[in-house]
Order: sequence, then structure tokens, then C-alpha cells
Amino acid sequence: MLLFEDPVFSSRMLTLLTLTFHVIFATLGVGLPLMIMIAQWVGIKKNDLHYIMMARRWARGFVVLVAVGVVTGTAIGLQLALLWPNFMELAGHVIALPLFMEVFAFFFEAIFLGIYLYTWDRFENQRKHLLLLVPVAVGATMSAFFITTVNGFMNAPAGFNIVDGQMTGVSPIEAMFNVATPTKVAHVISTAFMTAAFVLAAIAAYRLIRGSNHVYHKKALHMTMKLGLIFAVATAIIGDFSGKYLAEHQPEKLAAAEWHFETEEEAPLILWGILDDDQEVRYGIEIPYALSILAHNDPTAEVIGLNEYPEEEHPPMFVHYLFDIMITIGMWMIALSLAYWFAMRRGWNFVKKNWFRWLIVLGGPLSMLAIQAGWWMTEFGRQPWILRGVMTVQEAATQSNYVGHMFFLFAGLYLILGIGVAVVLRKVFKNHPVEKELAEQGGDQS
Amino acid sequence: MSYELIGMVVLWTFLFGYVIVASVDFGAGFFNAYSLITGKQHVLTKVIQRYLSPVWEVTNVFLVFFFVGIIGFFPSTAYYYGSILLIPVSISIILLAIRGSYYAFETYGNKGHRGYAFMYGATGLILPASLSVVLTISEGGFVDMTDNGPFLDYWALFSSPLTWSIVVLSVSAVLYISAVFLTWYANRAGDFKATKLLRRYALIWALPTIVTAGGIVYELRSHNPEHFESLMNLWWMFAISLVFFLFSVWFIWKKKNYGMAFLLLIGQFAFAFYAYGISKYPYLLYPHLTVYDGVTNDAMAISLIVAFVAGLLLLIPSLYLLMRLFLFDDKYVSGKK
Ligand code: HDD
Ligand code: HEM
Ligand code: HEM
Repeated sequence: MLLFEDPVFSSRMLTLLTLTFHVIFATLGVGLPLMIMIAQWVGIKKNDLHYIMMARRWARGFVVLVAVGVVTGTAIGLQLALLWPNFMELAGHVIALPLFMEVFAFFFEAIFLGIYLYTWDRFENQRKHLLLLVPVAVGATMSAFFITTVNGFMNAPAGFNIVDGQMTGVSPIEAMFNVATPTKVAHVISTAFMTAAFVLAAIAAYRLIRGSNHVYHKKALHMTMKLGLIFAVATAIIGDFSGKYLAEHQPEKLAAAEWHFETEEEAPLILWGILDDDQEVRYGIEIPYALSILAHNDPTAEVIGLNEYPEEEHPPMFVHYLFDIMITIGMWMIALSLAYWFAMRRGWNFVKKNWFRWLIVLGGPLSMLAIQAGWWMTEFGRQPWILRGVMTVQEAATQSNYVGHMFFLFAGLYLILGIGVAVVLRKVFKNHPVEKELAEQGGDQS
Repeated sequence: MSYELIGMVVLWTFLFGYVIVASVDFGAGFFNAYSLITGKQHVLTKVIQRYLSPVWEVTNVFLVFFFVGIIGFFPSTAYYYGSILLIPVSISIILLAIRGSYYAFETYGNKGHRGYAFMYGATGLILPASLSVVLTISEGGFVDMTDNGPFLDYWALFSSPLTWSIVVLSVSAVLYISAVFLTWYANRAGDFKATKLLRRYALIWALPTIVTAGGIVYELRSHNPEHFESLMNLWWMFAISLVFFLFSVWFIWKKKNYGMAFLLLIGQFAFAFYAYGISKYPYLLYPHLTVYDGVTNDAMAISLIVAFVAGLLLLIPSLYLLMRLFLFDDKYVSGKK
């Protein structure tokens, strides 16, 4: 089996496995604190117990998720050095700063999260308790910011020169604020907010389908769908900027994602389809001029094709599908939440039907899938480089013969953790039904 | 001070912090599991949940800080240690994962499985052992440099008496540190049954700790004479450490000043830990890697130090708040909040 024979391949697969698992929790870890904060704030403002209760309940789920985020994050942090020792040695010289600062963000977040959770009833003034959440949200967002600058650096290395194999002129700040950073960070953070909102909406919709007719769930659904809409639109706009970044600085990635082989003007955007041996796309959906617009905001602009690059620097062709998954889901979620919002304003009834609610339920996992597809697209699209133009994945990997074994060990761990999270979350909410908890907190207002 | 020295002082301090905080945590898990067997569970579980649950993530960050920091200040460690530690560190990660999820699942979730509590307890003993192997490796003699990079000689490692005495030391030190801390905490919480039990554990583990520590110094003499030599030059630091040890055992024996006893214990370990660190300087991995070869460029070193100072300014007040709310708030400690 290749996993046991080729340490480079197995290192890639183990990185893929751990990051894919980590990012589920990391994304929610970045997105949820903002949602909790908004809910609690609305609750205090409107003096509405339901929103306070939302904050309380979401926070309870949030800690469980964060715990797994911390555990898997520790794993990936160590694995980077274990699997890519040569890369981390080089990276340590140039991009260690944001990694180091990220730890402070974790510290900060962990401390205030601990305090927030254990002090629900310790403050007379609810606003003070809400204030404790600000550092949690800021810390989470900052950790996404810092780690994403590192990933940006891998895509667009900056802040150093290599002269005769010696590294000179290192500037950590330049490395951190590389050209990939602005679009990447913005896109990662807005997708985290979007995903968190749609996941919460999915839960609320599910409770409503299951026959709970409580206003609590209706309010939750309404709020999260509106937030989801805002962040989904932001995501698409920023995604458009990401496309322009790629066209400018990593044209081979965009070309691979779009199956765009020949440099040409008035380039169409191709969604889905099948690639045959002559680089022809069949059965695809072709949107005229759209690629030129995505790349340069100009329907006639020239877009560089993949054939400008030597064969051995081509990313794998399947990134096209990953890109399509992301874009399709992005557009779909905008349409869905827009329909919901519009229909609620107009009082149209179809949004209250179960079939529509099922679509909302589906939206949660779909958003998460879009996150995964997006990451796989960028990460596979960087191949064969680990540090674009400087170091290949081949050169970076460990020589150890046991990576394959570790892959299975970690797969087992993540399986157990995954099941554990699911079971615990179910229990947490089953044992504290909303109705009961509302009654305990001084009577149900509805 | 040179950058490599500043870097080492900072990192060593955080590692020390981790050793103390994590020991309390590891040991508590073991005592908890042990008391499940002996049916004294209710005595300990409450103390553990009140003290450890709110802070376990902070404990974990200490570790993350150390490994991220060492790669930042000394990037070559990523190359040397990254290549050889795949198996021991992967195992540690998995054990850490079990512990972390235990807190999350048990405390936020529901009273869980006894099996899980046992696993959690067992990891408390295996983890110090598996983490301490890294220190053993750094003593040199177990790593071959080949054309393909460094390789770890597992056979030499596991057949060396040094390895095993460091393992024993780490385990008994964990249990000792933890017992002393929990004695004090339980006493503050006014839980006298738990205090009594934990005091006994503290006394039991005091002797093995000091004996194995002595044994390791003795073994280093043959394993790494150079290190032994510089260790001996710092004999007075070890002497102070010993005095602290004797006093803290005395207080516990006399059932008084538990808080002082714990402070003395920190002093004891601090002196021993720093003496060990100083004597090892400048080696990061005998004899292949020193801090001079491994240190990062000036620009990065300066920016890391600036980030560190800025980070501390942010953290110290927040940590203070955390401690005030959970460690030193008598009402919280005794469970009235
Ligand atoms: C909910 C998830 C989600 C959704 C709906 C979208 N994206 Fe995305 N996208 C991501 C989640 C994501 C991501 C996971 O966050 C990525 C992976 C790496 C990164 O920087 O962000 C990403 C990367 C990414 C990149 C590559 C950036 C780079 O390599 O630097 C481009 C060009 C786009 N996206 C464009 C879009 C467009 C035009 C969308 C239209 C709606 C879109 N994305 C929706
Ligand atoms: C874009 C991708 C990522 C995002 C958004 C992200 C975000 C997060 C978040 C929100 C947490 C939880 C921290 C907490 O709540 O205390 C976390 C934990 C962690 N992440 Fe990630 N992460 C990402 C990728 C990575 C990568 C690639 C690494 C490896 C360098 C990494 C290293 C860590 C570590 C070490 C932790 C544990 C920190 C602790 O002990 O508290 N993360 N991450
Ligand atoms: C959190 C979301 C992320 C996901 C789901 C993800 C996914 C992946 C995937 C699929 C690969 C394998 C690529 C291949 O084998 O062709 C990979 C590789 C890698 N990723 Fe990411 N990645 C994420 C974020 C990051 C970040 C933020 C960093 C930087 C700190 C990072 C660093 C790496 C490294 C070092 C490799 C190995 C080299 C390579 O294969 O290119 N990843 N990741």
C-alpha cells in the first residue's frame, strides 16, 4: 500500500486528514463566538430571555467543539514539524512570527472562555458578562488571521531572499503581510461566520420540523438566516477578490481550477463537466466572459492558461470539481437565505413548509462541505509546491518509514473523537430541553 | 543578553510552567482513577472538577507555546527533532487528545463511562513518560546522522538505564507535585477528608522522587560525562533545591502551612530544573545541535521578543483575573459559587 511505502505521500495524507478534521472545529470555533455575542447582545437590548437563552445554549455546545479544536490543533501544530521538518526549518526562519502570536491569541481566548463559562450567574450586570465574550471572539478571529497569513505565505512567499543557498534579508512583517494575506484572511473569516450561522440555522430548522413549535426556535432561525445571508454575500464578494488575487499572482492555480489551458481573452467560466484527453471539456456549463470578469473585472481581459507552465508544475486536475463545489454551494446558500428573508417579509408561507426547512437543515452541512472543498482546492492547487516556487512537497517531507502507521492511528483517534462529540452534544441538549430551561430562568414569556 | 540566551530563558520558563501545571493535572487524573478503584471517588472528583476543568485549555497552551516558540527561536530543532520524534510525539498527541476530550465530554457533557475515567487516569502516567523521552534523547547517544537526515536508534534508547530512570522520575515527580498541590487546594476548600487522603499520597511519593533524581545524576556521569561535569559545577543549586524539598515535606508531615509547602515545592523544582537547563546550555541536542547553530536570524529574533513582551502585557492581567476567580476565591474554591 502506498501509504506504507512512500513517506511523502503518507505525510500528505496525514496532513490532509488532520487539517480536514481540525477545520471543522476551527471554523465553528471562529464563527460561533460572534453568533453567541450577537444573540446575547440582542437579548440584553430587547430584554428578551429567548436570545439570552440562545447565547447560553450555543455557548454550551461551543465549549465542546472548542475542546476538540484545541486537541486537533495541538496535533496539527506538532505534525507540521514531524511531517515537514525541512519546511518548518525554513519557515521557522521567516514565518514563525504569526505562528508565535497565534499562541497568544489562543491563550487569551482560552482564559476568557473559561471565565465566561463559569460566571453566568456571578455578575449582577449582564453587560459585564457579555463583555467577557469580546476577548473570546477577538481571540478566535485573530487565531484565524494569524494561521491564514502562514498559509498565505506558503502560496506567495515574501520577506526573504535566497542568495547562494543562504537566506538573507528576512523581514517577518513582510512575510506575514504577503500578497495572498488580505483576500485569504478575509475569505476565511467571512466563511467561518457564514458557516456558523447556517449550522445554527440548520439546528433551529430541524427542531421546528421535529414538531417543536416554540418561538425560541423561530427567533433563532430568523436571526441566524439573516446573519447567514449577510456573510454569504460577503463571502461571494470576497471570493471574487480571491479570484483576482489568483489571476494576478497564482495564475496556474486558477487555470487548473477552471480547466483553462490556453491563454485567451474573453474567457468563459466553466462549471462542472468532464475533461477528455485532448484538454477539451464536455458537458460543462459555460458562462461566457465570466472567467475574464472573475480574474480581471473586465469581460475582454486576457486570462493566462495552464499550458504556459511546464507539465511538472501542473496541479492535479480534480481541483476543478472542488472549486465548483465551493462556488455552487456559495451561490445556493445566497439564494436560499435570500428566499427565506424575502418570503418572511412578504409573509409568503412556503418558507414555513417542511420541505423548505429541510433545505435549511441541509445548508449547515453544505456550508461545511464548501469550507472543506475550498481548502482542498487551494491546498491541492498549490502542488507540487509546499512553498510556491521555493520548496516542493517532495523536498520538505520527513524520511520516516512509519508515517503510514501514524495515519491509521490518527484516523482511529479522529473517529473516536468524532463519535464522542456527536454523542456528548446530543446528551447536552437532550438533558436540557429549551422549554425546561426557559421555565427555570424565571418563566416563559411566550 | 544574546538572542539565543533570551530565547532559551523564555522557553525554559514556559516549559517549567508546563511541567508544574501539567503535573498537577496528570497526577489528579491518576488519583481520580485510583480512587475509583478504592471507592473513594467522591472525595476527589469534586476537587478535580472544580480546579482542573476551567483551566485545562490554558495548561495545553503552555505546551503549544513551548513547541511553537522553540521552532521560532531555533528553527533547526524542527529539522532535527521533527525527523526523529514522529512516533513518541504522535503517541503523546493521542494521549493528550484523550485527556482534553475527557474534560470536555465529562464536565460539559454528562457523567460518563468509568472506562473513560480509567483511560484518563492511565494517560496521566504514560504522558509524562512519553514526553520525558524527548529529554532523554536530547542527552545524545541515541541519534545517528545519516545522509538522509537524523535517525533515532530505538533499541539503544529503550535499553538504556538512563531512559528508564528519567521515566520513573517523571512519573513520581508528577504524582508528588500533584499530591502536594491538591492537598493544599482541598484544605482550602475545607474538604478535610480529601486533604487527609492527598496528604498521604504526597508523603508516599516524596521519597521516590528524590531518590530517582539522584540516580539520574549518577547515570549521567557515564552516559554524558561532559554534561555531568557542568552539572557538578552547579552543585549549590541542587543543594538549595534539596533544602526546599526537606522543608516542604516537613510542613506536610506536620500538617501545617500547606500553601507554603507548595511554594517550597515550586522552588525545589525550579532550582533543579534551571540548574539542569543551565548545565546543558548551549546544547539543544548533544552533540549535534547547539543554540548557536540553531538560532534564527536577528530580524526574526527581535520580532519574536517584541511579540512576546506585548503578549505578556496582555496575558498577565488576564491570568490574574482567572486565578482570582477560580484559585483564590474562597467561595468558589469551597463550592459555594
Ligand atoms: C463556506 C465556504 C465557502 C464558500 C461558500 C465560498 N468559499 Fe471560496 N474558499 C473557502 C470557502 C468558501 C475557504 C475554505 O475559506 C478557502 C480555502 C482557502 C482560503 O483561503 O479560503 C476558499 C478559497 C477560495 C479561493 C482561492 C483563494 C486562494 O487560493 O488564495 C477562491 C478564488 C475562492 N475561494 C472564490 C470563491 C468564490 C468566487 C465564491 C463564490 C460564492 C466562494 N469562494 C465561496
Ligand atoms: C484556517 C485554518 C485554521 C483555523 C481557522 C484555525 C483556528 C483555530 C481555532 C479557532 C482553534 C481553537 C483555539 C481555541 O479556541 O482556543 C484552533 C486550535 C489550534 N490550532 Fe487551528 N486553525 C486553523 C489551522 C491550523 C493549522 C494549520 C495549525 C498548525 C500550525 C493550527 C494550530 C492550532 C493549534 C496548535 C491549536 C490548539 C491551540 C490550543 O492549545 O489552545 N491550526 N485553531
Ligand atoms: C484548515 C484548513 C486546511 C485544510 C482542510 C487543508 C488541507 C490540506 C490538504 C488537502 C493538503 C494536502 C495537499 C496535497 O497533498 O496535495 C494540505 C497540505 C498542507 N497544508 Fe493545508 N489545509 C488547511 C490549512 C492549512 C494552513 C492554514 C496551513 C499553514 C499553516 C497549511 C499547511 C499545509 C502543509 C504544510 C501541507 C503539506 C504540504 C502540501 O501537501 O502542500 N494548511 N492541506
